[in-house]
Amino acid sequence: MPDLGKYAEAVLSAYAVSIVLLVAIVVLTVWRGRKVRAEMEAVERRSARNG
Amino acid sequence: MSLWEYANPVKFLRLSERVQPWLWWGAGICLVVGLVWGFFFTPDDFRQGSTVKIIYLHVPSALMAINAWFMMLVASLIWIVRRHHVSALAARAAAPVGIVMTLIALFTGAIWGQPMWGTWWAWDPRLTSFLILFLFYLGYVALWEAIEDPDTAADLTSILCLVGTVFAVLSRYAVLFWNQGLHQGASLSLDKEENVADVFYFPLLVCIGGFVLLFLALVLYRTGTEIRVRRTRALMARETRGAPLQAEEA
Repeated sequence: MPDLGKYAEAVLSAYAVSIVLLVAIVVLTVWRGRKVRAEMEAVERRSARNG
Repeated sequence: MSLWEYANPVKFLRLSERVQPWLWWGAGICLVVGLVWGFFFTPDDFRQGSTVKIIYLHVPSALMAINAWFMMLVASLIWIVRRHHVSALAARAAAPVGIVMTLIALFTGAIWGQPMWGTWWAWDPRLTSFLILFLFYLGYVALWEAIEDPDTAADLTSILCLVGTVFAVLSRYAVLFWNQGLHQGASLSLDKEENVADVFYFPLLVCIGGFVLLFLALVLYRTGTEIRVRRTRALMARETRGAPLQAEEA
């Protein structure tokens, strides 16, 4: 760990906030993408069954 | 082969799924390498101390916040001129990513500004235009959510995007022509005298590459999701229309 001196709090909080936001957008994007894909496949199967 | 072929959702999805693994891996590698390099292996600045390490998050996110809006502008213009649904959906898909980039730029800017300027916030031209850009992003997403008909929503959000471009341009160039704020000049410049020192510049470039690749990966993935939402709605609408007919036949 580098010695961040008196600015340690500022630097670490900038990294923490940014990494949380980046991880959040990736997780939410993939989670919604999978949910939508599953819904679409279910509707496609139902449509194929009903002709 | 023409670029417009990819306005076809099936072709777009096929290409997008082929390209995405490269983008995700590239983004991950660049971000890890760039941030680890910048955080652990670069020296403190003689004036700003260790706060200079915030540059590896602040500059790439600010750059992407503005460029995301320009990408949305191009996609919106394609929608207005050529009525390709994929382009309208790509603009919609990019907006939340732009919001996150703007939020990171605003947060890291405030955190960096406090020890350097003695204040979290100042009504400086660049900071203010960035805040307005953030509000435009929120308004853009809200407008998409508020209008039920997707074509009308795409029309109105495209117009909003054109208007918001003024603030995206201001955010980008405010430090150049509005020489009266706290915010410093551009960190990256073609003029070597104005550029940050090489020891900060190279990890910064890697981080910028990581943010660009992450943005592209997210936008392609989210555009695919929007295309699937649209298809699901179309199938369900067809089912609903077909249901009374089936009831009559029975």
